[in-house]
Amino acid sequence: MTLSVRVNTQLSPQFQLELAFDVEPGVTIVFGESGSGKTTLLRSVAGLIRPAEGRIAVGDRVLFDRRAGIDVKPSDRRVGFVFQQLALFPHLTAEDNIAYGLSGLSQAERRTRTVAVAESFRIGRLLGRRPSEISGGERQRVALARALVTRPDVLLLDEPLSALDQATQSHILADLRSWNESQQIPVLYVTHSQREVFALGERVLVLRNGSIAADGTPQQVMEAPAHAGLAQLAGFENLLDAVVMSRRPDAGVMVTRLGGTTVDLETPLSSARTGEAVRVAIRAGDILLATDRPQGLSARNIIKGTLAGLCQEGAFVKATVAIGVPIEVHLTPLSRDELRLQTGQALWLVIKTHSCHPVSAV
Amino acid sequence: MDWTAIALSLRLAALVSLILLVLGPPIAYWLTFSPRRWKFLVEAVVALPLVLPPTVLGFYMLVAFGTRSPLGRAWEGWTGHPLAFTFEALVIASIFYSLPFSVQPMASSFSQVDRTLLEASATLGAGRTRTFFRVVLPLSIDGIVAAAVLTFAHTLGEFGVVLMVGGNLPGITRTVSIAIYDQVQALNFSAAHQTALFLLAISFAALAIVYALTRKAWGVSPAS
Repeated sequence: MTLSVRVNTQLSPQFQLELAFDVEPGVTIVFGESGSGKTTLLRSVAGLIRPAEGRIAVGDRVLFDRRAGIDVKPSDRRVGFVFQQLALFPHLTAEDNIAYGLSGLSQAERRTRTVAVAESFRIGRLLGRRPSEISGGERQRVALARALVTRPDVLLLDEPLSALDQATQSHILADLRSWNESQQIPVLYVTHSQREVFALGERVLVLRNGSIAADGTPQQVMEAPAHAGLAQLAGFENLLDAVVMSRRPDAGVMVTRLGGTTVDLETPLSSARTGEAVRVAIRAGDILLATDRPQGLSARNIIKGTLAGLCQEGAFVKATVAIGVPIEVHLTPLSRDELRLQTGQALWLVIKTHSCHPVSAV
Repeated sequence: MDWTAIALSLRLAALVSLILLVLGPPIAYWLTFSPRRWKFLVEAVVALPLVLPPTVLGFYMLVAFGTRSPLGRAWEGWTGHPLAFTFEALVIASIFYSLPFSVQPMASSFSQVDRTLLEASATLGAGRTRTFFRVVLPLSIDGIVAAAVLTFAHTLGEFGVVLMVGGNLPGITRTVSIAIYDQVQALNFSAAHQTALFLLAISFAALAIVYALTRKAWGVSPAS
């Protein structure tokens, strides 16, 4: 079954949500910063808010159609929703929470289905406990089980794993993926975590300011962002203004000069013409630092600079190197200590051609 | 001590509390969740007995219960006797008089139920009624109990409204507070002391129960 969404609604004078897309069964990630319209999209599909215009359908079942005057109640939509705050009923046990949506069935069948879904999400032994008596990861599993046991036609997940540690997240993602292989329904999974995008998604919709900024596989969208704004969103700490100096289509590369400097940077070829302005996106973790000019490397960009600042942020150290423009580089505290880095000292930056991503400047 | 008056007051307070346990929740639910703009008017009407002198409320009740009013005539046609100065008149007047003491604690605890829980209930296929009985009500039990206890205590102690619509008929409309008033008028201070102390003890116990119950029952809030 295909989930088809066309919504257009003005939520505030500054913010308009205008989206049109279809998703097939499987996990589609909805990615974007806060305020981009992700949660509003999910709430429209679930019927918790009413868009001003549009049509939402699952297969040939219309859930909302403004022109035809159709607005199916949330309780009749068969749309599963896992809320960011989970919204488990605090006064009910895990079992009663999971069975909540099965009111039409006989007691025996409710029990059977509840136990089955609890086993597949590894919470069978917790069924008698209340939400306050289990861990955060276990609560997450109960919330997923509660939404899935009703066999919804569509599943909506609003940053369901954001509060969990990475190991717990991975286990739950694996269970969710294997469950979805057997059920095959459209799943919209909202997140702002890149790791979750790669771990789960077959397709990514990137939302920005209420509209779709990019749509493709995680690799297409996240590795080679087409827009500068998207690059910032996808975790490229360095976004540098540059001009294309020369192009070598035979080698698949081009040379760009960073704005306000005489520094040339070799990047993969883009559609930008010679003389055209581009921006080059580079992840801070993709840049190497050397205290002497390195020899015999395959990397094509070796640039001299001066260490302008050092500060530790949790598990990594953020170094700022001036090469005419400031460049952010991430390294480990051990590397910092072994290199005996001092502010003001000369350094060489080593950047592979394919770590430089030219994106369109607008 | 005037045991007849005490028994009458207890019967009246218990009956009014029970009736408001049925009438209160729908009103409180509507006041909490209705999107209507004009609901502040209903809120004001419900809260009126808090600020109105009991004699004013009692006066209008007496007019409404009289044989010239449609209500009074309908009652007389139905039961064969007039409504004013009966126990039934006390019950009806007390329901209005104690309405805010029932509705406000309920509405306050309904409004503290996390709205996301109601949305979760809806996405799991539950309609409004089922959501109310399975989610809103169980999470508002402290407010419901507080409402019942406050209604009970408030009805037990009322004076002005009772005097206006019920008069002072022993065994029918003479409540504890009117009995105390009579005892003082008759300069029978020791009897007044005993009855007053009895009312004081019950009122204190009721408030202690309310405050003990309004501590949060669940260790974890729904959001965590």
